[in-house]
Amino acid sequence: MRIASRLLALACLLPLAAMAEEKVVKIGVLNDMSGLYADLSGSGSVEAAKMAAEEFGNKVAGMPIQIVGADHQNKPDIGSGIATKWYDVDGVDAIVDVPNSGVALAVAKITADKNKVFIDSGAATSDLTGKACTPNTVHWTYDTWSLANGTGKAVVKAGGDTWFFLTADYAFGKALERDTRAVVEANGGKVLGSVLHPLNTADFSSFLLQAQASKAKIIGLANAGGDTINSIKSAAEFGIVQGGQKLAGLLVFITDIHALGLKTANGLQLTSAFYWDRDDKTRAWSKKFAARMNGRMPSMVQAGVYAGVLHYLKAVQALKSDQDGKAVVAKMKALPTDDPAFGKGTIRADGRKIHPMYLYEVKKPAESKGPWDYYKLVREIPASEAFRPLDQGECPLVAAKK
Amino acid sequence: MITFLGVPIQALFSQLLVGLINGSFYALLSLGLAIIFGLLNVINFCHGAMYMLGALLAWLMLEHLGIGYWPALIISPMMVGLFGMVIERTMIKRIAGLDPLYGLLLTFGLALIIQGVARNYFGVSGEPYEIPPQLTGGKNLGFMFLPNYRAWVVLVSVLICALTWFVTERTRLGSYLRAATENPLLVQAFGINVPQLITVTYGLGVGLAALAGVMAAPIYRVNPLMGADLIIVVFAVVVIGGMGSILGSIVTGFGLGVVEGLTKVYYPEASNTVVFVIMAIVLLVKPAGLFGRTT
Repeated sequence: MRIASRLLALACLLPLAAMAEEKVVKIGVLNDMSGLYADLSGSGSVEAAKMAAEEFGNKVAGMPIQIVGADHQNKPDIGSGIATKWYDVDGVDAIVDVPNSGVALAVAKITADKNKVFIDSGAATSDLTGKACTPNTVHWTYDTWSLANGTGKAVVKAGGDTWFFLTADYAFGKALERDTRAVVEANGGKVLGSVLHPLNTADFSSFLLQAQASKAKIIGLANAGGDTINSIKSAAEFGIVQGGQKLAGLLVFITDIHALGLKTANGLQLTSAFYWDRDDKTRAWSKKFAARMNGRMPSMVQAGVYAGVLHYLKAVQALKSDQDGKAVVAKMKALPTDDPAFGKGTIRADGRKIHPMYLYEVKKPAESKGPWDYYKLVREIPASEAFRPLDQGECPLVAAKK
Repeated sequence: MITFLGVPIQALFSQLLVGLINGSFYALLSLGLAIIFGLLNVINFCHGAMYMLGALLAWLMLEHLGIGYWPALIISPMMVGLFGMVIERTMIKRIAGLDPLYGLLLTFGLALIIQGVARNYFGVSGEPYEIPPQLTGGKNLGFMFLPNYRAWVVLVSVLICALTWFVTERTRLGSYLRAATENPLLVQAFGINVPQLITVTYGLGVGLAALAGVMAAPIYRVNPLMGADLIIVVFAVVVIGGMGSILGSIVTGFGLGVVEGLTKVYYPEASNTVVFVIMAIVLLVKPAGLFGRTT
């Protein structure tokens, strides 16, 4: 009898729970939680998304906000599986972050098919707002075109007109080399050669010796994370820089510099969308982030997750609904963006978030006041120049508008 | 310029030397694995984790206690060795005599736990560790710039390998070791404490891994996954050299380093796989490995 009454009570509760479930704004942070990109995205990105939700009091348009996270292990099949389950079973309304271009392209497609929202911060490929653009994607932080344009152009203009590339042997590395090569050649530079290295290589000395033998003035590192760190470390050891050649890191995160130490990394030029110590607003926000993350300052990817979620919530609030993904993204494009990490900006028709990019140089140890005080500004690349012009991306959405 | 198969001879020399340097790490690590397999019949999958622990301890000592590279070179392998002995006494001992698969599973699990804990506390990007001031800089050999630290690594590695070979082949302790490998029961009957011998051997084996870790710290980053990346290659080295053969693992370690270096010149895309291709060929032609005994 007692059991029966309990079951009855449970049965009464169930529909209520299901109804409540529908009215939750659920945001899934999908990224690398354990591998080579875990420090620059990982649990830090989940924390950043939570910070954005908290600014809304964890409630938007009367609906509670819920943040969940998962590890895609840098595998497109696993990432697609999680995205599908999140959308179909768990009631996730938007997926954010997704570093690793391979996974990001897969998630963009699934999101469009299911009419949800995809706000990418971690992936690099400029195809997300080019050939592979969808009305459900926003690409927030950076892309291969903006990196090539920032660092590549600056280095050629400073006299680095002959290049040799160390390129990670997969889609991302090749895209980054392609985009940078175009910028170098367009500015009157010459590419003397390149070598493709396997992903996750521990020892770069052989490749660096080949780069040294090419006598190129600039060794361009078209790789990321651990591969970039190891290239720079070996270069310092083998006296590449003392020999008169310079390194250009095409995708460098602040977490990489932290791992390298300033003694090894100083003098390196890099392009970034965000640096915690840029102005009062970024400092204030970053210190809040660091307090929650064991003192680790946010990477540009984590800042992008925060700002992207914040803007998404603004759009949901304006619409009073999160049901139609296309409508939410359209609203995100219509509303101007404003957040402490990136300042004021806009989202373009192809889904590209537009803001200035910054060319930084890594400080010498003597110039740094302490941990995480790593960059000095060389040049601000204005928003109008920082990203690929709208008409050059081959995005079908843009063509349809014409 | 003289060329050899389309590559300038100078470039070739420098790649050979670089290969030799990497080979030093392979040799040091596979040496420890070979010793452990020889006596315990355990495929020690947590060897990579011990290598990482060696480097991590060196970094922790520098960061929190101000203990530099030179003391760390001694202290860190000793601590890891002791840790290994505790593991042997409390866990590995219990599965002695069972199928080697149990040992593999146990040590693999240990490796995952150790790496997971380290990753939780230190992240995956790794921490920087400076080259000791006495060994910075380098010499210009004409055909390449040889960093002093890398030369030091080769030197230490060769010395340790020679010493280990000498101890196992030419001393009384070594003779006990070899005898216990052949027939532990009989050796025990002669009044030699075989369980103790096994514990010490395991400690020495993982101590060697930790030593390699400390030496690797200034070259690579101190990174919780550094061992996981390396251990698979090292296993291939041991298999090619012949499971349990000390001389085999030393020669193969250096040799494969060189082969890998040459691959990076001629076809860099294959440099991560060449070791495994060789392993497959060796297993087909000589299943016991190059220096292994067919029983």
